[in-house]
Amino acid sequence: MTELPVVRLRDLRHAYGRTRALDGLSLDIPAGCMVGLVGPDGVGKSTLLALIAGSKILQDGGVEVLGGDIAKKRWRNEICLRIAYMPQGLGKHLYPDLTVEENIAFFSRLYGQSAAEGAARISGLMQDIGLAPFAGRLCRRLSGGMKQKLGLCCALIHDPDLLILDEPTTGVDPLSRRQFWELVDAMRQRSEREMSVIVATAYMEEAERFDFLIVMNEGRVLATGAPRDIMAATGAETVEDAFVALLPEGAARPKLTIPPLARDGGPPVIMARGLTKKFGDFTAVDHVDLEIARGEIFGFLGSNGCGKTTTMKMLTGLLEASRGEALLFGETAQASGVDARRRVGYMSQGFSLYSELTVRQNLDLHARLFGLEPKVARERIGALLERFGLDDFVDALAADLPLGLRQRLSLAVALVHAPDLLILDEPTSGVDPIARDEFWALLIELSRAQGVTIFLSTHFMNEAARCDRISLMDSGRILATGAPADLVAARGAANLEEVFIACLEEAGAARAPFAPVAASPAGRSKNPAFSLRRMMAYAIREAQELSRDTIRLSYAILGPALLLLLLGFGITTDVDSLAFAALDRDNSFYSRAYLSEVRGSSYFVEQPPITDSRDLIDRMKSGGVSATIEIPPGFGRDIKKGEPTEVSVWIDGAMPFRAETIHGYLSAAHQKFVSDPAIRGMEPAPPLPANIETRFRYNQSFDSIYAMVPGAIALQLALMPAILMALAIVREKELGSITNLYVTPVTRLEFLLGKQLPYIGLAFVDFFVMLLMALYIFAVPLKGGFGVLALGALAYVAASTGYGMVISAFTRTQIAALFGATILTILPATMFSGMSTPAASITGFGRFLGQIFPMTYFLPISVGAFTKGLNFDDLAGHLARLCLFFPALVGLSLLLLRKQEK
Amino acid sequence: MQTLRNIFWLGAKELRSFFRDFVLLGLVLYSFSLAILAQAQSHAQELHNAAIAVADEDHSELSRRLARAFLPPYFLPAKQVSAGDIDRLMDVGAFTFILDIPPNFERDFLAGRRPTVQVNVDATAMMQAGVGAGYIEQILTAELAKFATRQDNPAPASIGQTVRIAFNPNLITSWFSSVMGIISSTTMLAIILAGAAVVREREHGTVEHLLVMPVTPFEIAMAKIWANGLIILGAVALSLTFVVQRLLAIPINGSVPLFLLGAALYLFFATSVGVFLATIARTMPQLGLLYLLVAVPLNLLSGANTPLESMPALLRNAMLLSPSTHFVAVAQAVLYRGAGFDLIWERFLAMGAIGGFFLILSVWRFRSVSAQNG
Repeated sequence: MTELPVVRLRDLRHAYGRTRALDGLSLDIPAGCMVGLVGPDGVGKSTLLALIAGSKILQDGGVEVLGGDIAKKRWRNEICLRIAYMPQGLGKHLYPDLTVEENIAFFSRLYGQSAAEGAARISGLMQDIGLAPFAGRLCRRLSGGMKQKLGLCCALIHDPDLLILDEPTTGVDPLSRRQFWELVDAMRQRSEREMSVIVATAYMEEAERFDFLIVMNEGRVLATGAPRDIMAATGAETVEDAFVALLPEGAARPKLTIPPLARDGGPPVIMARGLTKKFGDFTAVDHVDLEIARGEIFGFLGSNGCGKTTTMKMLTGLLEASRGEALLFGETAQASGVDARRRVGYMSQGFSLYSELTVRQNLDLHARLFGLEPKVARERIGALLERFGLDDFVDALAADLPLGLRQRLSLAVALVHAPDLLILDEPTSGVDPIARDEFWALLIELSRAQGVTIFLSTHFMNEAARCDRISLMDSGRILATGAPADLVAARGAANLEEVFIACLEEAGAARAPFAPVAASPAGRSKNPAFSLRRMMAYAIREAQELSRDTIRLSYAILGPALLLLLLGFGITTDVDSLAFAALDRDNSFYSRAYLSEVRGSSYFVEQPPITDSRDLIDRMKSGGVSATIEIPPGFGRDIKKGEPTEVSVWIDGAMPFRAETIHGYLSAAHQKFVSDPAIRGMEPAPPLPANIETRFRYNQSFDSIYAMVPGAIALQLALMPAILMALAIVREKELGSITNLYVTPVTRLEFLLGKQLPYIGLAFVDFFVMLLMALYIFAVPLKGGFGVLALGALAYVAASTGYGMVISAFTRTQIAALFGATILTILPATMFSGMSTPAASITGFGRFLGQIFPMTYFLPISVGAFTKGLNFDDLAGHLARLCLFFPALVGLSLLLLRKQEK
Repeated sequence: MQTLRNIFWLGAKELRSFFRDFVLLGLVLYSFSLAILAQAQSHAQELHNAAIAVADEDHSELSRRLARAFLPPYFLPAKQVSAGDIDRLMDVGAFTFILDIPPNFERDFLAGRRPTVQVNVDATAMMQAGVGAGYIEQILTAELAKFATRQDNPAPASIGQTVRIAFNPNLITSWFSSVMGIISSTTMLAIILAGAAVVREREHGTVEHLLVMPVTPFEIAMAKIWANGLIILGAVALSLTFVVQRLLAIPINGSVPLFLLGAALYLFFATSVGVFLATIARTMPQLGLLYLLVAVPLNLLSGANTPLESMPALLRNAMLLSPSTHFVAVAQAVLYRGAGFDLIWERFLAMGAIGGFFLILSVWRFRSVSAQNG
């Protein structure tokens, strides 16, 4: 062992709001050994590890890691090459849509390894860890144990000096767990440098194998030292007992006693015959037979991904069986429907409650959905809160609870309606021993006193031993069923774990023995301020994910094309086909001549004549007509006599711009009538002694399509890239892979640019698709320079994606990002960027919004190149301004993005 | 009974989650306040501050008079430019309109030689170009006539035309754009809120949890629809009262409750569409793209931005199948023109029928998708 401690903590404090997670921790963690961190749920284990890894911002106190202050940015930058951190949760920092090999390759690039070095290390590590046969499998299809192996593989890619593992084996079956630790051991032995490992774990059996233990409670350290010493000090035989003895509430722990099960001989509560489930050609569950009696506690054991969860889902009716049948209370899950569900409490694997609600609100909601009387509900919820030690967290958001407490909440929720049958999928994963015992005391009481049937899956062997009967499952088939003691006896094994492993090995589930030889040590270079390789790591990964998601990809390309089609043809500012109606009170040659001026115009479509003033008002109100023309009685007579007469016109002002246009049309028609020599008799109106010649430039026919199509292209390139970009970043925040930004050497700039590149590329493809559509479908010719248009489009999509990036900085959920990107884009794009009115004429807040929106500067380029026939020289000014957006927006995002978690 | 209770409590849960997400809340507030104000005050849909220039090659009194005739707020004060610059200035879009008054214009005019004043219009500035060209022609005609008769009031024509604009006599565009802004916010937010709420439940596994309880997919979908619809309806009502009537001081002729009834009907449709889209999309990015595909045309082609009559007949008829078109018509008829239910009941019927169809469709899709994925 080296003399210097690998980690030094000095009066470390950390709080979330008013909750204290760490409360004055001072400690030296020895280097070069395996250090275990144990303690009840929610005592700050994860916080401590995240602080050591440099993933969280240090609040108070000192943390020295590898001999330097982790609060210093320079030191963090230097040592992140030497640290590896695997956060809590199965594969949370991995990418489910990437294959095993791609995931590892991503991390290899993040650590700046060259292609050759990376390839050598990747294939070596995959061979060592036994992932080579699964190199091409998507991460989302891996079982929990495999995911953790992959996580380890990714963590070891840069040969770290310090490996930090936060509950790496929670929810992993005993065999995989054993393999995992063998791996870690082997890797440590093989490593040329002395690797220090710090592990938080809820499995006390595991803690026994560590060199050094830290026992924590309520943000403080209770004991440190070798497991042997701690056991000796507390006079306990196992670490678990020692742990319990160290805790204040552990002293008075009663020993669990399980009264024998009284079988009443009634019909089985759960009955499955030949239950089979196929997903495509993969058989997840293969002819499973089960019979579970009332009041029985039945345990389900098996490796990860062996079909336990699928079986449970079929029993609850969540999944339909492909073959065979499952009966609950003597009825099939489908047939019994809602009523049977009232008698079942189900707890799924992984937290599936509403994280945005408080503990009490979650319980209340479920009580109500089960139709409990308010009084009964109140009592039950009160009792459950007390029983599960949730009293202090009643008003905490479920999202803020640590893993162990969330599990307790899930269980409380499953019990709220006093069900007759409990189906619990790994209910105690990640829960500390004391809470697990309390939970078991409750299960035993439910089963023995109230006759509740309990069907649960677990990875804890001491829990399995408490069940009345257990089944061992592998690859969709049940290998053995029976009382735990009988199974141990039948095999002549020492304990249940051996039975389990023997059964699995017999079934061929055990993987090839572990023999690490292949991987070459990783070179360690200096950490550059900007690395193209790390940026490309993100770019490649994002592109890979995008290419996997064919639906997203095709929407992203076809969507804008389809919208262009709709908008190009649909949006028009031409005002025509206007509905007008006449009230002709004169009905003379003159009045008909007047109306025919309007009728003859292509702008108007006549509706049935108006009958009276009431009719006129109603039809205007309902929007049936946009204009009415009323010709007074004696109109013709007055004209002949040369006496003044007045035509009365009403125009619907509901849409002001249209009203203006109608006004113009009707004035023109009126002028035409008035200056018609036939009407005026002998004296033609004196012509104005000048001509006014109006030239519609660029678009002689004043057809809106020539402006609308280039405009709609600009609109599409504002919306889609911004939304996709914002979601791409927030998605990492929401799903947890943002940790990789916090703890690996990748810089924020590399992260942002890397993620942006694929979307710029995608949007640029969109641009070309829409360009072709404009040319060939809309027949809008490109009169000006192609070069300036393409260059403009590139700068523009870089700006649009940058805009999305800035929005993502403010949002934490995908919902808010989607929402924000949409509403903050659509309004300025459609209203204030010059699509309908030149941006210069817009006033107020809208003008400001327009000025900071990139489309305002691309629109003149698009319209200029298409319709005005302009080239680079004419548009250089706009182009230059557009180009400023990209660095400005990326810079702003950099300021807003944190490199550490708060 | 339990069904109704479940729908109620699930919806109440939805409201709770919504009010806890401050970013979301802020964005909804923005959409119904600042965004509406910005649209109302932007003058984006009228002739306002149009950039105009005059290339005066005559330098006469008449040419100066013409240049001075363009008044705010319609036009910015006319700038003097040289005739040689006209093409370049039009190209870069410095001005939407440039008048070219040729040399000796006044002399020729007085001598009756009918000189020509040229009005160059940038036809790519669609809305402004069309309306502005008409204005300019009228202004020039009046100025020239005045100058010709050398008196300020030309003789009244014996055949007159009184034009009255109903419902908005001064054609103030903020009356129009504020309410249309509310409508487009309604469409956007309702679809996205309901859709994202469903996708989020799926991404977080909470739908699965609900489905093992005595809760049916129908109840889950209905809860999403009513709760998210109610949030938007509340926002619409507040926006109409405080932003439109108070802040912008826009008179509302018609019955606000009738309009809100229409909005409620419309929200059933819009939230159902959101749920429907969420059954097609697997992830939030997919939902975002699908959403654009649906919401953008619903908004832009509904008649809230451009006149419906001018669209190609096929598209116009297709848009009659969209409740957004009917809702825009209802809003205009009720709020501006003061129409009663008797005049526009057909629009309500159409909205109700199409909305009902989508409601059934989305609940049906939601149920079958839930059954598949578990």
